[in-house]
Amino acid sequence: MSTILKTEKLRVEYRSRELRQATKVALRGLDLEVGAGEVFGFLGPNGAGKTTTMNVLLGFVPPTSGAAYLFGIDVRQPIARQRIGYLPELTYYYKFLNAEELLRFYAKIFGLSRAVANQRIPELLKLVELEHAGKRPIKSYSKGMQQRVGLAQALINDPDLLILDEPTSGLDPLGRMKVREIIQRLKNEGKTVFFSSHELGEVESVCDRVAIIHQGELKAIGRVADITGSHANLEKAFLDIVGFQMQPAS
Amino acid sequence: MRNIFAVAGVVIKELYRRKDFYVLFIVTILICLIMASINIYNDANIVRYVKEISLDLIWLCSLVIAVTTTARQIPAERENRTLLPLLAKPLTRVQLIVGKFLGCWLACGLALLCFYLFFGALAASREHHWPLLNYLQAGAMHWFMLGVVVALALLGSLVFAAPSSNSTICFVVIGGILFVGRHLDQQALKLAEPARSVVLGLYFALPHLEFYDMRDLVVHNWPLIAWKYIALALLYGLFYMAAFLIGACLVFRRKPVN
Repeated sequence: MSTILKTEKLRVEYRSRELRQATKVALRGLDLEVGAGEVFGFLGPNGAGKTTTMNVLLGFVPPTSGAAYLFGIDVRQPIARQRIGYLPELTYYYKFLNAEELLRFYAKIFGLSRAVANQRIPELLKLVELEHAGKRPIKSYSKGMQQRVGLAQALINDPDLLILDEPTSGLDPLGRMKVREIIQRLKNEGKTVFFSSHELGEVESVCDRVAIIHQGELKAIGRVADITGSHANLEKAFLDIVGFQMQPAS
Repeated sequence: MRNIFAVAGVVIKELYRRKDFYVLFIVTILICLIMASINIYNDANIVRYVKEISLDLIWLCSLVIAVTTTARQIPAERENRTLLPLLAKPLTRVQLIVGKFLGCWLACGLALLCFYLFFGALAASREHHWPLLNYLQAGAMHWFMLGVVVALALLGSLVFAAPSSNSTICFVVIGGILFVGRHLDQQALKLAEPARSVVLGLYFALPHLEFYDMRDLVVHNWPLIAWKYIALALLYGLFYMAAFLIGACLVFRRKPVN
């Protein structure tokens, strides 16, 4: 199994804006490796460093030290992003465009020909169940529809690696089920999916492997069954790993 | 270039789907038509006043369109988080900046074309002739002046986070350059050193937007300016556009996107 995503001793420090505050360390020597065809769950409490890791992988934030690679290419090179799809958490797409125009715009950036785009756009709109709303302005979309158009834009280039930042955040149960179905479908097609989520039940059901990060450090990595171990479920294992103590009910 | 044109295309779509341009265009048309339909003082040369006021309105509207359209580009991308999926694609930050600049500049060009077509029709209906080359010179100079303004506003949008503060500062700077900039050298001569050198330095560093003001040429139907001087002025404008764009790319290079 070839490596699709790799980080080596990744460290990210943010300089504090306040004079007397020390620099904030968001990641402390993170080592990750994700193989081709895996669905990889990236877990951690809020502020653990999940989004920072994704920001480094996407070239938004330069690492302070260490390195990150996608398909063996340093993430600082734009070509590393040619074969990936990315869905950020809660994005409001261009309100003056409709879904078809938005997808066509992103298709152009990926260098897809008009013929390929013409074929791909209706397919994607059908996949995310927006075929009836493809010509409606995005400003008239509900939150769930916005998230689905986001998923469609992440798939426009038929990516080999999909990076999803809390893809089910803000979705109703039906929307969540749909996203799970799409992830499962991508897995069946042999695509690699790297996603962060707070929905541990969802992670348990779709992921091959998971990593748990806390305060910028990798706490656990492995197959879901191995991480769960003797715990009742992944949620219990997660709470144990991040050091959360359950208070006995009084 | 493909990526740059893709980004520019979205900016142009945004301009013609928003109401701003249409409101300014319709208001200009209404004011000009009302003025053109009355002749208060029975003055045979009233058409010159109508032309002058029409061109003043066109200048004002074009500056408003250029500054407000450009000032919101990058801040809106950041605020709506559309910058994240955009930069997660094989698009460099330099391509994004150049695409935004090109889109805003072309959008201003399209708006200007509409304004000048209307102005030409209005003037022709009164004067019964259409000095096309005068309009071409005035329009080209006006468009290049807007290019400098767009590049300046784009740089400002990366320095000042709020589009409103950027727009206000841009209007103050542009107004200052247009009304005060041309007199700075004379003022400098009245000052003692080192203020004299500072003001003179400022005079030479500022983009002299007043060079591009050819309203009198059109209003009074003066003879054409030699094309070599027009070409020099356009090159001068291109130099400032490039300088501001390089500045914008340098600022944006290390800027956090979220």
